[in-house]
Amino acid sequence: MIVWTRILVIAGAVAALEILCRTGVIPNFTVIPPSAMAQSLWTILASGKFTPDIAATLTNVGMAIAASMVVGVAAGTILQSWPAARRTLDPLFATYYAVPMYAFYPLLIVIFGLGDLPQVAIGFLLAVLAVIINTLNGLDRVPAVLLKTARVHGLGFFQTAIRIRLPCAAPYVFTGFKLAVAYSFIGVVGAEFITSSRGIGYEISFAYNNFDNPVMYAMILFILLLVITVNMSLHVWEKRLLARRRRA
Amino acid sequence: MRYPLILLVLVLVVWQALYLLVGDVALRSPGTTVENLGRLLSDASFLPHVRETLLAFAQGFAIALVVGLLIGLPLGAARFAGEVAEPILVALYSIPKVTLYPVILLIFGIGMPAKVAFGAIHGIVPISIFAMNAVRNINPTHLRTARAMRLSPFALTTKILVPAALPEIVTGIRVGFALALIGTLLGEMFGSQRGVGHLLMQAMSLHNIERILALTLLLVVFAAGVSGILLALDHRLHRRTS
Repeated sequence: MIVWTRILVIAGAVAALEILCRTGVIPNFTVIPPSAMAQSLWTILASGKFTPDIAATLTNVGMAIAASMVVGVAAGTILQSWPAARRTLDPLFATYYAVPMYAFYPLLIVIFGLGDLPQVAIGFLLAVLAVIINTLNGLDRVPAVLLKTARVHGLGFFQTAIRIRLPCAAPYVFTGFKLAVAYSFIGVVGAEFITSSRGIGYEISFAYNNFDNPVMYAMILFILLLVITVNMSLHVWEKRLLARRRRA
Repeated sequence: MRYPLILLVLVLVVWQALYLLVGDVALRSPGTTVENLGRLLSDASFLPHVRETLLAFAQGFAIALVVGLLIGLPLGAARFAGEVAEPILVALYSIPKVTLYPVILLIFGIGMPAKVAFGAIHGIVPISIFAMNAVRNINPTHLRTARAMRLSPFALTTKILVPAALPEIVTGIRVGFALALIGTLLGEMFGSQRGVGHLLMQAMSLHNIERILALTLLLVVFAAGVSGILLALDHRLHRRTS
């Protein structure tokens, strides 16, 4: 019932946009009808024209996610067992997302050069804190009795982290992972918009500058559908993992 | 108070170390940057840009606040509508809104309205999500007690609904504030001839590192300062209700 209403709401919104565009209430040089967007997207994907750009963006997003997960989980694990450092960094964490990360983009270009690395770095910087915070959150909730058991068995710091703490914190780390995916997309695509020579963000801004609405809307539709599909799949996967955990 | 101070010293040390490492090609020292920022702030031609950005941000944030609450509060009260809307809102929250920038420009044209709109669309979704959850999570016992005591709708609002939902709403406002600021600046970077974001973009294309760093410092100090104040308010409200 809820799901069907949701589909109905979304379909209604798309249909309304289609009608408004077809009847000329919204002029075609501002927004093109959704059906035209889909058609243009199909043509572009079939022609393979933007395959290298899509591959470049996905590679960069993938690198940003991987780096932020590795660094984020490691940093979270260290900080959780080092309260002084955690308290010191707390104000930084609290204000971190208020700082416009793109302001550091020029600096990152100077440091990393004009390749793909500055984009990856922006995605990483946006994503890593979400991973750290959620890892900390999860580790804080590890039952004390399990840690005592670990001590009784004489497990070291590293062993306890791998065998007890991180598996216990896994649901929270997964939340961090979901956010890392979303933030990496935001960071990388946004950075491609500002300056880069390839990628989906670059192609959208290039099409915009050339008044090429069919290409522009097709690529915008592509990135939105891609991000939403990835998020929904992660959501379903998470639910399944949690269900299995509860049964065990 | 001790920890933020240690953090500040830490940041300055790392910054200075980084500067010694990469040199003048990519960075300036903290001291020089503060000096540059001081010079920039005393420059009469710079202040209109700051005013422009603040004005755009204030309008965008105000719109985000009003629209966000108008969307979030009713969705929190109506359970079915809330369930239908929540994944849609979350999906909207996670999409890279930068990609919508050309659309905003096509609708509003280059200039103030586009910046305001861009700031607003960044802020609306988080504010509405937090407002929705704030209303949804009001303790039902409180509502039943209110009914048992026959509170008037006005008393119900002022004594129960607002105090119970306010802490979460303030958290949402804090997140919305940060995102609306980022949105406004992004708007200025892509489609504007004025404002701090425009100056930043200009400095980037001219490779003017001094300018870039001074502006970045200004933005960081402003964002961290206001967000620190909102955070303190947030903590106080949460403590009071828990």
